[in-house]
Amino acid sequence: MLEFLQYFPNALTPINLLVLVLGTIGGLFLGATPGLSPTMAVALLVPFTFHMEPATGLVLLGAVYTSTVAGGAISAILINIPGAPANIATLLDGHPMAKQGQAQKALYFCFISSLVGGLFGMVIMVFFTPPLAEIALEFGPSEMFWVALFGITVMAGLTSGSVLKGLLGGMFGLLISVIGYSPMLGVPRFVFLDVLTGGVAIVPALIGLFAVPQVFSLMETAFQQRDEVSFKPQKGILWRTFAENLKKVKALSIGSVVGTIIGVIPGAGGQVAGLIAYDQVRKFSRDPHSFGTGNPEGVVAAESANNAMVGPSLIPLLTLSVPGSPTAAVLLGGLLIHGLFPGPDLFRSHAEVTYTFIASLVLAQVAMCGFGLLMSRYSHTVMKVPDLEMAAAVTVLAVYGTFSVQNSLDDVVVMFGLGTLMYLGRKVGFSAAPVVLGIILGTIAEDNFLKGKLIAETDVGLFKYFFTGHLNLIIIALCAASVGYSTYSEVRQYQKAKAQTRAKEAGS
Amino acid sequence: MAGKRFSKPLAAAMLAAALLLTLGGLAAAQTYPDKPISMIVTYSPGGATDFQARIVTMLAGDKKYLDQPIVIINKPGAGGQVGWNWFATKGSKDGYTLATYNVPHFIAQSIMYPTKYNIHAFEAVANWGADPAVLIVPKDSPFNNVKDFVAFAKKNPGKITVSGAGMYVGHHIATLQLEKAAGIKLTYIPEKGGVPAMQSVVAGKVKAGFNNLSDAFRNQDRLKILAVADLERHEFLPKVPTFKEAGINVDNSSVNYRGVVLPKGAKPEIIKKLAEVFPKMFGDKKVLGKMKASGSPVKIMTRDQVIKMFAEREKYLQGLLPQLKKKK
Repeated sequence: MLEFLQYFPNALTPINLLVLVLGTIGGLFLGATPGLSPTMAVALLVPFTFHMEPATGLVLLGAVYTSTVAGGAISAILINIPGAPANIATLLDGHPMAKQGQAQKALYFCFISSLVGGLFGMVIMVFFTPPLAEIALEFGPSEMFWVALFGITVMAGLTSGSVLKGLLGGMFGLLISVIGYSPMLGVPRFVFLDVLTGGVAIVPALIGLFAVPQVFSLMETAFQQRDEVSFKPQKGILWRTFAENLKKVKALSIGSVVGTIIGVIPGAGGQVAGLIAYDQVRKFSRDPHSFGTGNPEGVVAAESANNAMVGPSLIPLLTLSVPGSPTAAVLLGGLLIHGLFPGPDLFRSHAEVTYTFIASLVLAQVAMCGFGLLMSRYSHTVMKVPDLEMAAAVTVLAVYGTFSVQNSLDDVVVMFGLGTLMYLGRKVGFSAAPVVLGIILGTIAEDNFLKGKLIAETDVGLFKYFFTGHLNLIIIALCAASVGYSTYSEVRQYQKAKAQTRAKEAGS
Repeated sequence: MAGKRFSKPLAAAMLAAALLLTLGGLAAAQTYPDKPISMIVTYSPGGATDFQARIVTMLAGDKKYLDQPIVIINKPGAGGQVGWNWFATKGSKDGYTLATYNVPHFIAQSIMYPTKYNIHAFEAVANWGADPAVLIVPKDSPFNNVKDFVAFAKKNPGKITVSGAGMYVGHHIATLQLEKAAGIKLTYIPEKGGVPAMQSVVAGKVKAGFNNLSDAFRNQDRLKILAVADLERHEFLPKVPTFKEAGINVDNSSVNYRGVVLPKGAKPEIIKKLAEVFPKMFGDKKVLGKMKASGSPVKIMTRDQVIKMFAEREKYLQGLLPQLKKKK
């Protein structure tokens, strides 16, 4: 902590500040582009840091990492397409808010919550790095398997409609995740078409599932009379929103804590932090049914969680050279290039660079919020775009974003294929979020189960390996609680509905 | 309306573009390269191959070398198979699409799986690095040397778990060689890349692992490094013996060579040009400085040396691997 304060001024040199500001603004735009995930953005920038001072280079990467995570919320809220997997949960309530003419407010909520979550994550990182690094190492195949399973229990809660359809959608996602070469044996599975040999990558799936149905439904309604919603800049709501946002203590604290925990777990990454936090906030809410229809608490939970994840995901990276998220893996390269080897040495021999980097991450949170709020003022221009033009623009963005991930036309085909299926699914009440969650978690669950099985067979046996140990038991208990609560609230809701109909019948 | 307003300039632009393309095609041989070149990396961003590829190509835009930048495109999946399959079948042959290779990975895969590539599908350009596999165990492991390790494995066949970066990568080959040479049975755990494989060992989730010497070197505070699978000790780890010194006949067949290839069918002038420029570019002081700072072992080899190395490795692996296929 002392070192942190000692080196804090280093982040404030003119050149570092300039890089910080440019990185933040650029990162917000990159993040808002579907397909350009934080991982891609940081990977693209690593070569630029070759020619910079180590500290300056890291300031740039840190600023871009922070702001792309938040920037993805812009497209999620305004055009219903998450900029990256981390922003899926933001869209669930953010886009309904935008459609009600509250885009600017939704974005304000998003950036203020990102700031709160991000700062919380950074504080945890600065104070608790050594003990959390130990915990991060505890997560082996069995623990990761249960974490993935816990994520799966969340699926049911991600649809505003039927729980069963949420689970079915999730199952479909899990099935999609096994397409391609098996990670353990290298044999191809479900490769009926040539374009599927590489499996279904997350970004094309994400864009397809959200963007394509969006394009179709925009075209459906393009010739209808538009609802009378005014999309004017909302003046003077900043401070009111600020106060309102900070009053949502429950959503903010659940989001920040969940984001921090997920960030520390290596490999889980921020992709699921937002979704898990969203589900928890919904479960603890007095009015869970307003979620998915434009409840600001949903936005607050998702965005505080995915930015809270940034700091802690660097803990295992900086201390153990184990990246906590895909983006942290790319940052590792950025460190190595300057001869900074993660480990205790980093905080001793390279303290100056390391702490400058950490300080700049804190500053980046503030810069991200400031510029984000500024950009939000112009959000109404996006909402005013007529549906047909919007459909065309979204199509272009979707194709561009998908293609740019690995310059692959196959991915574009997969994107359109999945998207068309999703459009039909949406007609009968399925939603996209559980499907994406299935795709993300299926791989994690499968890999770790197979790995755990191989290890268990040489050791204590399958049952003992997966069902003993404190951490395993804690996560299993969480899974049970999550399923139990969902079932309980379903049953209660069913009874309530039944009572209501009975009352109505009695009344009539 | 808008269409009419734009049609004239648009048509002109298209005509100009078409003209340029034809002219460009004619002049390609002399002026190559006259636009940025893409290079396929078959692993995800942040992995050792990706990050070294970015270092060794950082000077491509320099007038001294290609005068055009090299853009890295990641096509990860199935231990590299997805990217190499794509490169062998769909990569453009005009010299503007290159790929990185990892030996023995791609050669072993071409023997074990129905891949669309083998050593004859690629034109070697140059090699930039060689990373030997090292046998590592957790800090608190009871094994202090190869002898302990082999003695335990003999008494407990299959009980030692060994992590590595995936199926049929160098680490897997080293595990197979060690099993064969010492007459022991191990349980190989393929992971998604070297970093998670390293993590499993550091955290004690597996009993041992084969990993890149460079990564083990950076993590040596939290590991014990028992032996290096190469013919000589390495300058980074002068105290660690080779397997041969430890009395086990494991040679350097698992050393992870990294370099650049063109697809078969590329023009001879282009191959010649790149094969001349790349070794010089890899040997630039700036590149060497960054490689050294990041703890990445450099080994520059010319096209002829790489062709020879490919053939040798293929021959050896064809001997080692089919026995395994039968065992299954």
